[in-house]
Amino acid sequence: MTIRFAGPMAILLIGLAVSAEAARTDLKLGMILEPPHLDPTAGAAAAIDEIVYANVFEGLTRITANGAVAPALAERWTVSDDGLIYTFTLRQGVTFHDGAAFDSSDVRFSFERAMAEGSVNAQKPLFAPIADIATPDTKTVVITLSRPTGGLPWNLAWGDAVIVDPASADDNKTRPNGTGPFRFDRWVKGDRVELTAYADYWGEPPTLRDVTIQFIPDPNAALAALLAGDIDAYPNIPAPEGLSVFEADPRYNVVIGATEGETILATNNARPPFDDVRVRRAIAHALDRQAIVDGAMFGYGTPIGSHFSPAHPDYVDLTGLYPHDPNTARALLADAGHADGFEATLKLPPPSYARRSGEIIAAQLARVGIEIELIPMEWAQWLEQVFRGTDYDLTIVSHTEPFDIGIYARDGYYFNYDNAEFDAVIAELTVTADADRRTDLLHQAQRKLAEDAVNGFLFQLAKHGVWNADLEGLWHNSPVQANDVTGVRWTR
Amino acid sequence: MAPFLLQRSAGLLATLLVASAVIFLVLEVLPGDPALVMLGINADSDTLQALRAEMGLDRPLLERYADWLIDLVQGHLGTSVTYDVPVSDLIGERIAVSLPLALLAILLSTAIAIPVGVVAAAHHGRLLDTTVMGVAQLGVAVPNFWLAILLILVFSVGLRWLPAGGFAGWDAGVGPAMLSLLLPAISLALPQAAILARVTRSSVLEVLREDYVRSARAKGLSQGQALWHHALRNALIPVVTILGLQFSFLLAGTIIIENVFYLPGLGRLLFQAIAQRDLIVVKALVLILAAAVVVVNFLVDLSYALLDPRLRPGVRHG
Repeated sequence: MTIRFAGPMAILLIGLAVSAEAARTDLKLGMILEPPHLDPTAGAAAAIDEIVYANVFEGLTRITANGAVAPALAERWTVSDDGLIYTFTLRQGVTFHDGAAFDSSDVRFSFERAMAEGSVNAQKPLFAPIADIATPDTKTVVITLSRPTGGLPWNLAWGDAVIVDPASADDNKTRPNGTGPFRFDRWVKGDRVELTAYADYWGEPPTLRDVTIQFIPDPNAALAALLAGDIDAYPNIPAPEGLSVFEADPRYNVVIGATEGETILATNNARPPFDDVRVRRAIAHALDRQAIVDGAMFGYGTPIGSHFSPAHPDYVDLTGLYPHDPNTARALLADAGHADGFEATLKLPPPSYARRSGEIIAAQLARVGIEIELIPMEWAQWLEQVFRGTDYDLTIVSHTEPFDIGIYARDGYYFNYDNAEFDAVIAELTVTADADRRTDLLHQAQRKLAEDAVNGFLFQLAKHGVWNADLEGLWHNSPVQANDVTGVRWTR
Repeated sequence: MAPFLLQRSAGLLATLLVASAVIFLVLEVLPGDPALVMLGINADSDTLQALRAEMGLDRPLLERYADWLIDLVQGHLGTSVTYDVPVSDLIGERIAVSLPLALLAILLSTAIAIPVGVVAAAHHGRLLDTTVMGVAQLGVAVPNFWLAILLILVFSVGLRWLPAGGFAGWDAGVGPAMLSLLLPAISLALPQAAILARVTRSSVLEVLREDYVRSARAKGLSQGQALWHHALRNALIPVVTILGLQFSFLLAGTIIIENVFYLPGLGRLLFQAIAQRDLIVVKALVLILAAAVVVVNFLVDLSYALLDPRLRPGVRHG
């Protein structure tokens, strides 16, 4: 251990002594949650991707800082006219961090592993359209689909679809072995993960040499660590109330960006009285979104009127459909036979956005006669009772998966929303490649959800980041959950 | 002494067996499916089933309890379902942080509290006594996590003398490692020292009123000599009792303090394992914490015998 560390340390010290002017090449980044393991193909924990996505593991394609799909391990690809056959041409000279060469057989192995029966891939539906994977030569992969899927390059850009080496696939949980610009160095459990630049990386080498990701579960402790100079960047802060200190300090950059998190007052559409659209519309009128954003999120967050990200080009602003109006809400409730209101429960998972919005929403609903009992719960409990058991009236959660409007078409999904027209729109969308038609269908889908007032659509979760003012290249927005540090550098 | 030890050890084992059953059952009725926690909200139901089978969650309760006990007796704590490494390795890494932290805290708190308590007792009723006890009263009232935040603001953010948290690791050398434990240990130690100082003071005062101290003074010993030679040893019994009780509080305290200082210790492991429903880790940790409390109580019993010969087994009172 000591010997292994003496090397880099000595080089670092000599480097500092020789030229005090040279920019730093190390980065200490703070994260709230420690991931359970480091294999993005075997778990849904966002913290896994927040360490390894783009840094350690790469897929055929990747998502960039502005949310676009870009080539990664696939240099380019072509699509057949019927939209069923994708031919990917792979990059040459790519190696895994353990030295193993990368070729088309690794791609085939990775996807077949994810699709296999008994696979524990958390995003298995991403691979559902794939009917066959052929590897005519080492640098070509031909994927045949069972139905046209315009979003395939997007699907394959997810962390769950990264390419792994067959020999080391089972060890990725503790010793991730990818093709990215950084290789895994060590993981001091409960404390930090250390990454080092990979010397044989196929692409442009990163500017940083050593990246330490420090786990700090308490936001206040993390803000103190930033102030003390123990960490350089804290890209995702769940405590917006602490930001003012940094906004006033020129040593730090405070960056407010967007996430893919639609924060909603999820409603059990199968349970009376919420099965009545008039009741759901009454709730929509009772909600004052701006007051929720101001009160719960310190003003950070964009109100939404349907389940769609305002950053997406096909977004329709439907926030005006149900203006905040307690009188209309009461009239709708009376019309539905609840002139005296009713009682309901609101189950709240741990994040502060849920707990704080819950208090405000309870007060807003009380004004129209709906008496809310707030029930705080842990994630594990929430997942079991609310999400799987659909044993709830109302709950608050942020759906952070990008482009996930399709969940409303799923059978038995926890909203218990069932609308054949909506399902038909989504079904057509999945097989449509024409851009104009897709826009049209996406508009229809957003409108349908808003008209049915399926859930109380609250706001798009903001991403609050603070980092050293001398750092550049960290993502401002969060199109996928990642801390891509491949383009990060110190300006001095 | 041997029958006494044997009897106590049997009691210790029985306590642990009962504790193991309680721990296992309580965690079974806790809502939350570990497989669902791992796979999140987009997982297929057959993916969930596959993971549940892999984790052995589909087997009957008693069978799993029996397996767990048999493994425990053989010294196997099992494999963490989230980290996928042996629980004993995880605990081994973490104990290297928590144990030194707890020992440092106990050391600091006794090193502060006993002299302070004795000095306050010696100056009973005078300004020094009132001042010291006033400060101690404040110390009792201050929660350790709040003190921790205050210490971070002063020594890390303001003065930048000490790190705001994290653990340098023992491979970085004893110096940096101890430095990263210093503020956490002080946060744990000060509130405890305040309680301990008050107990020491009242205990010493009580003993000073005893006949044998008066006799010692009558023989011509000064107040100080009588205190150090005769009173202190007898005054220590209640102090040791409190110290033993404080050890349990210290274990609970480290859970909070380790989170404030983001130290990779047992407390944080426990916290995280509960949130992720890594039940095998939770069970092993809670059992170890229970064992630690039981063993410390056992040691406290032994120390009574050392401090006071009348409490030794085999000595008849009469």
